[in-house]
Amino acid sequence: MDFMTLLQVLDSTVRLATPLLLACLAGLFSERSGVVDIGLEGKMLAAAFASAAIAAVSGSVWLGLLAGIVSASLMSALHGLASITFRGNQLISGVAINFLASGLTVLIAQSWFGQGGRTPSLMGGGRFESITLPFANALRDVPVLGPIYAELISGHSILVYVAFLMVPLSWWVLFRTRFGLRLRAVGESPEAVDTAGISVVGLRFAAIGICGLLCGLAGAYLATGLQAGFVREMTAGRGYIALAALIFAKWRPVYALWACLLFGLLQAVALRYQNIDLGGITIPVQVMDALPYILTVIILAGFVGKAIPPRASGEPYVKER
Amino acid sequence: MTDTAPAIELKGISKSFGPVQANKDIAMRVMPGTIHGIIGENGAGKSTLMSILYGFYKADRGEIFIGGKEARITDSQSAIAAGIGMVFQHFKLVQNFTVLENIILGAEDGPMLRPSLARARGVLKQLSDEYELSVDPDQLIENLSVGHQQRVEILKALYRQADILILDEPTGVLTPAEADHLFRILDNLRSEGKTIILITHKLREIMEITDTVSVMRRGQMTATVKTAETSPGELAELMVGRKVLLQVDKSPAKVGAPILQIENLRHVDSHGVERLRGVSLEVRAGEVLGIAGVAGNGQSELLEVLGGYADATGSVTVNGKPLPLTGTGADGAARRKTGIAHVPEDRQTEGLIMPYTAWENTVFGYHREPEFQSGMLMDNAKIREQAQDKMTRYDVRPPDPSLPAKAFSGGNQQKIVLAREIERDPDVLLIGQPTRGVDIGAIEFIHKEIIRLRDTGKAILLVSVELDEIFALSDRIAVMFDGQVMGERMPNETDQTELGLLMAGVTERPGGDPIKAVDAALEQKEQREASQHD
Repeated sequence: MDFMTLLQVLDSTVRLATPLLLACLAGLFSERSGVVDIGLEGKMLAAAFASAAIAAVSGSVWLGLLAGIVSASLMSALHGLASITFRGNQLISGVAINFLASGLTVLIAQSWFGQGGRTPSLMGGGRFESITLPFANALRDVPVLGPIYAELISGHSILVYVAFLMVPLSWWVLFRTRFGLRLRAVGESPEAVDTAGISVVGLRFAAIGICGLLCGLAGAYLATGLQAGFVREMTAGRGYIALAALIFAKWRPVYALWACLLFGLLQAVALRYQNIDLGGITIPVQVMDALPYILTVIILAGFVGKAIPPRASGEPYVKER
Repeated sequence: MTDTAPAIELKGISKSFGPVQANKDIAMRVMPGTIHGIIGENGAGKSTLMSILYGFYKADRGEIFIGGKEARITDSQSAIAAGIGMVFQHFKLVQNFTVLENIILGAEDGPMLRPSLARARGVLKQLSDEYELSVDPDQLIENLSVGHQQRVEILKALYRQADILILDEPTGVLTPAEADHLFRILDNLRSEGKTIILITHKLREIMEITDTVSVMRRGQMTATVKTAETSPGELAELMVGRKVLLQVDKSPAKVGAPILQIENLRHVDSHGVERLRGVSLEVRAGEVLGIAGVAGNGQSELLEVLGGYADATGSVTVNGKPLPLTGTGADGAARRKTGIAHVPEDRQTEGLIMPYTAWENTVFGYHREPEFQSGMLMDNAKIREQAQDKMTRYDVRPPDPSLPAKAFSGGNQQKIVLAREIERDPDVLLIGQPTRGVDIGAIEFIHKEIIRLRDTGKAILLVSVELDEIFALSDRIAVMFDGQVMGERMPNETDQTELGLLMAGVTERPGGDPIKAVDAALEQKEQREASQHD
């Protein structure tokens, strides 16, 4: 494998890791506050559709992004209403959101655009253009570092940079601010937060609000950055992979970055090397495509050491005397 | 005292939950700089009253005055603002946060943590020195002993500038040495002018530390007296509404041959931590062997191994016959067949199936016995009949076998378990925390039953964290600490202080500060557990 191929694989890793990373951080905020969110998938899907549809109709990707964030946030609010306000089962609420998104997106897409559940392909202002960082072209010829800068670091859409900047930002919010302290506390011991005179419900809604926002970004990136338009089930399990990455990352932002890059790399490798020839034995493309999912199963089966979730996650808070 | 306003004054507080009147027209005055005890049976309404004071519940009627001014306490926030701090029975701490983070949670100075933490560190140091409340500010809560966690709770309240401190059953989880230390802290707080409300069911503590005491019964405040002018007997009578025997009447034990012999018993839990480290004990016919110890030092595991639901190595014999400690044959049913009856520590999860009826619960574990069968089916009519009979004889109230177990009070649930286990005429009775969460009236009954059983020549192994209970019932006392038996004593040749030190792992009376020796032993225990934990 030559250097340029490596760079291209890594470049594609970054692109593919971006939606995972955004979704993973979304899940991180939600679960750190004690709300298990298996509905990341559905929220991303809804956001992907809303952003693609609005971008296609308006011709503005920014309006599309806004629509994506709004739709994912609405789904988050639904999840919050069911599982925080009415103390329903968080898993069931999340699964319901996934079904809802899966059905509604195709239904609305079909009746709106009549293209078999997809949106029209996005062109021009309907997509996020890649950004060429300053001096990228000028430095291209510098050995080693030049191509890394020009190929790998430069040339992504704005949402990719946003996603990666979200990692240190999330860390800072969680571990350096009052809000973060309270958020982590409410996921560990809501009764401690309650007796300290802070609203458990308010904190959890704030957390799932952030979760909705980030899912909105993730979905919008899928439909308007990574691809050009919405197709049915385009999230393809990324929400679940993000959850696996979250466990792998032990609910920590920086680890989440590495976990998502690992999954992104597997997806990139699968895309690039469709059939691998290993001394006469050909590994079929299906095996390569399945790799991220196989890794997900391995991680969820607990082969990566002990991952202790926030203690109160999954438990609706009921005040007792 | 007429010129100072009371720190707390309650007038006509009433609170109902549906048809249940938890608090009825409660009036109470607590003067500043005093310790006021509130004593009463379970369900007497103590916790409800304190929850109203801390803003968890809103009273239906009544007024609260803090320092002479009417206070509207609608939530915890307003209670904190009124200068009230509460130390709950179950601590409200975030386990994987540091002490400092727990202290500032909800009382931060601004949106950034760093300045809040820095200020808290200073205040904490000052408070620690002032009130003997030393605790490492950077330690994670989960690494602290229970006593230290309680200090953090007190510090939390003081950091919020509480003038009134409410403690709910604070000594339930402490070693006697830790409890003594707590009382010293409370004494210091009192001399600094803080007002303290101590909720407890232990008469001894009330007598030891409080200035005044209120007794609650069935939602009402039946009396408020000066501690110096009352006696434990009078308080118990006020609590229950009739005369209560605080001492168990028992004749000297007629000890027979050894029945239960335990040699070098070892048990490793699911995390790889060794919970029993070579326990050897012997219980003879006609005696009660009391196992004293703070919860979490291997007593529970000892009961589980003997009861047949935890694996172990070593040897256990009953009447000379060895019991299998692993694999088939090491289960509850097999144990019951060999004549071991077990009243587990936690009756709600191990002793009873809460949603099932009382009559079903009276045969669990013995439901395969031929006498309860009718062909392939269970003889439900017969089971109901014997359940009715047991419930009448054991004074279970209400004596209705068709009610689910969860509909009974703690004491009556325990009587159902006792009836089931004792009536099968076992050779050995394992009994854990027989009176935890049980009212004084029922305690009297349960203690009498245990002694009656002893007098019929059974071998009884009693595990209890209540030292008073150990002293009242045991013919011999073994003390467990960190998975080992620290020593055996005869009840008339020892005292609470000696047992207290043994319970904290200190085998010799130290010349220096006992608290230091206790802390050192506890630290050693925690290090061992942490190093084995996988």
